[in-house]
Parts: sequence; C-alpha cells; structure tokens
Amino acid sequence: MKAKFLIPLGIFIVLVGFLGYGLTLNPREIPSPLVGKPAPAFSAPRLDDPARSLALADMRGKVWLLNVWASWCTGCAEEHDTLMQFSRRRALPIIGLDYKDAPADAEKWLRQRGNPYDLTIVDPKGQIGLDYGVYGVPETFLIDAQGVVLHKHIGPLTPQAIESKIMPLLAQAGGAK
Amino acid sequence: MTCRIAAKLLLLAGMLCAAPAMAMDAAQEARFLTLSEHLRCLVCQNQSIAESNADLARDLRDQVRTQIEAGRSDDEIASYMVARYGDFVLYKPPVKPLTWALWFGPALLFAGGLAALALRLARRRKESAPDLDVAARERAQKLLESGRSQ
Repeated sequence: MKAKFLIPLGIFIVLVGFLGYGLTLNPREIPSPLVGKPAPAFSAPRLDDPARSLALADMRGKVWLLNVWASWCTGCAEEHDTLMQFSRRRALPIIGLDYKDAPADAEKWLRQRGNPYDLTIVDPKGQIGLDYGVYGVPETFLIDAQGVVLHKHIGPLTPQAIESKIMPLLAQAGGAK
Repeated sequence: MTCRIAAKLLLLAGMLCAAPAMAMDAAQEARFLTLSEHLRCLVCQNQSIAESNADLARDLRDQVRTQIEAGRSDDEIASYMVARYGDFVLYKPPVKPLTWALWFGPALLFAGGLAALALRLARRRKESAPDLDVAARERAQKLLESGRSQ
C-alpha cells in the first residue's frame, strides 16, 4: 500500500529524465533528409569569373565539401579560421557557395580573411540553398564521388566536427590522402 | 494569439499590396494562406512561414506562391518542402511508425486511464457493499442486540 505513494514520484523522475535529456539536444539541428541521397544538381557562376560556371557533375569522382557561407553571416566569421586550417591540410576540395550575397562583399571578405575555398560559386537568389535545404548559414555538406550527400553539418564548423565526423567519413569514402 | 492574428493581418495586407503583381485568384490565395500556415519556418521554429518575417520564410512563401501559380497541387508543394527540409517543416507530422507514439499515445493513455478508473470504481463498489447472506445478517443482528443488552 505504501509503495503506491511512490508512483507519482516515479513518473516525475522519468519525466525529469526525459526533460533533462532534451536539454542536451540542439533544437536548431534538424536532421537533413538529404543525407544518403543524391545531392541536388546545380550549375552556378563562379565568384572569380562569372562567365564560367561549376556544376554538380563537374565534381563527380571526387569526395568534396560544399560550404554554404555569406559575408553577412556571423557564424561564417566564427568558422573561418577552422576552414582556413582545414584547407591547408588539402584533405579534400572545398567549394564555397556564396549564399544570397553581393559578389563585391564576398570578394572583399575573402581578400581580408583569406580564401579557404578551391572555388566559390554564387547563389544570389538562394535557389541552390533552397534545393539543399539550407535554413541557416553556415552549413556544410560532405558529398562523395557518386554525388551522394554523406553528411550535413549545421552551424559553424569546429575542429571537433572535422575530426569526429568529416575525416572518418572521408576515409570511409576513400577520398583521404 | 493577438500576435498570430496581427501577423495574419500583416500578411494579408502585404498580399493585397502585392496583388497587382500576382495572378492568383481567390481560391489560389486561400490555398496559399492555408499552406503557408501549415509549413514551419525553420529559423524561428515556433512560427509558420505565414507568420514569420525571417528571410527564409519569405523565400519559402515565394516558393509556395510560384508553385501554386505553376499549377502544382498542395501535396506536391508539401513534398517539395519535405524533400528539402524533412518532416520537421510540416506542422502536422505524417503518420508513420516513428510517429505512432505521437499520434496514438494520447488516445492509448486516455483509454488506459479510463480502464484504471473503471476497475477502481468497480472494486470500491464491491468493498463498500459486501454481500451478506441471510444467515450472516441474522448473526450480525444478534451480535448487535447482545451488545446493547449488556
């Protein structure tokens, strides 16, 4: 009979457990339905030479990183050093997607802070971003040689994210040098 | 609540101002409103794209509008969004094994609670009115009387 009084306490503890676990999750990280699926096709003009363009098909055969950024994005400033260091390792091609940005601003940003990208393409209207389900820059996609999205990182890249997620996936995909 | 209404009014006002540029008829406009109320803005998360003034919400609204004008059905537009942003973009999650607990959990809890209540009431009725046969009743009467006479 006495044990009955413990039932509400038990329910309470279970609830607190769930709520406590919820606190450790990041509500801004929404799993992308694109992971494991072919990356949406695109063809976009290059930032350095708008007359030339880069298409998804051009990256076939390479494991590469698509980093969505913009000069107006504060999170991009945060991840810039990490990206610069990562690009020096030459682990894989890094393509920048300049999202809803003015080319002049983007060029100034790269001149001032350094350019971690092998190539930057522009998406002034955000249509490519929409196809990739971008909802908060910076976002980073790891795409394999067959054009399949292996991983999506939401928010600023961190050294930990590179070591624990991107490098292992890259090694698995056979792109690591 | 007032915020929601205000947001809707704002949206309507915005649509009216932009009306000359659009070729939507009343039915399409109604569809546009309902659809954008059922799609979540992923930046603000607790607002629909109809309510939110975030950049992304504006883009998604434009996308919905363009697709309605192109003659796409509501389902087609919803699956376009889900393919890019996942089920999270829908305010009404689809019924599938992962969401069974969400959809049927409350009904199960309610049924369980009802059953527990019924069980308890039945047991209490039994306890408060114990069945006595005639012999037991007489014995009880005798005991009461003998107690009184002492």
